[in-house]
Amino acid sequence: MPTAAAASIFPRLTRMDGYYGSYVPVLAIIVVGAVLVTAMFLGNRLLRPSRPSPEKQLTYESGVDPVGTGWAQIHLRYYVFAYLYVVFAVDAVFLFPWATVYAGLGWVTVGEMGVFIGIIAVGLVYAWRKGVLAWT
Amino acid sequence: MSVVGLLFLLMGAMAVGSALLVVTTARLVHSALWLVVTLGALAGCYLLLGAEFVAWVQILIYVGAVVVLLLFALMLTRAPTGVQTGLTTGNRVVAAATAGVVGLVLVTVVVAGFGGARVSVDEESVGSATSMGDAIFRHWVLPFEVLSVLLLAALVGAIVLSRGRASSGEETP
Repeated sequence: MPTAAAASIFPRLTRMDGYYGSYVPVLAIIVVGAVLVTAMFLGNRLLRPSRPSPEKQLTYESGVDPVGTGWAQIHLRYYVFAYLYVVFAVDAVFLFPWATVYAGLGWVTVGEMGVFIGIIAVGLVYAWRKGVLAWT
Repeated sequence: MSVVGLLFLLMGAMAVGSALLVVTTARLVHSALWLVVTLGALAGCYLLLGAEFVAWVQILIYVGAVVVLLLFALMLTRAPTGVQTGLTTGNRVVAAATAGVVGLVLVTVVVAGFGGARVSVDEESVGSATSMGDAIFRHWVLPFEVLSVLLLAALVGAIVLSRGRASSGEETP
């Protein structure tokens, strides 16, 4: 019960019931996070000496000076995998509302979800048969 | 004005402002990153309107997956990191007018369809996963099934396109 716990910590700060009340802890965490990051960067800026030199301004990784540009062209197969991820993320999103109602609506709903997943699974079988999933 | 109304105005202004930056910035990668702000602010709007499930789906799918896909698509191209002057099209007046008209049509449709509707957000969770599932599997099963065909078509299309490119790319490694 995060709502109840937050209400006991901030009893008089706000009303913690209802829809918006349940999101007050989320808002509080966002605000605290923003304040924390701002304070750390501000504290850093106030305390540190500032003597920039070209060597210090250089971008570096693991102590090695950069070579060439910071942009690398990726292989197309990453795109296909990202695309597969998008399709199956959309697929999974529909499983959440389905999971909350299928017990009440019965086996017809299970069949409907089966058809939905089955049609998308055809796409996965197609990707597999075309050799897209092989990483060579 | 209530806190919720104030937050909604803030989120709306953030969405509109960052959306303008998406189309006006001269760097493509910045454009994609501003899109994260736009979609996130839109998710905040959904959340404040009581559409809890849609809001988190917006974060999960659009911010989490679609923007990643966009960045991958950018990384396939040569080197769009610098300022690109050739990006601004000469049709921007027409484009702005088209966007304005589309926005007007959408606002008209929403106001005509749900103008007088009132939803009590604070009493029950109107936009929860349960109510969404209830609506989908009681009333909107056919569009839901058609969606799977759309996803299948998109998947097959992406594979066909990528394989066509891959076979031509192998000749010049």
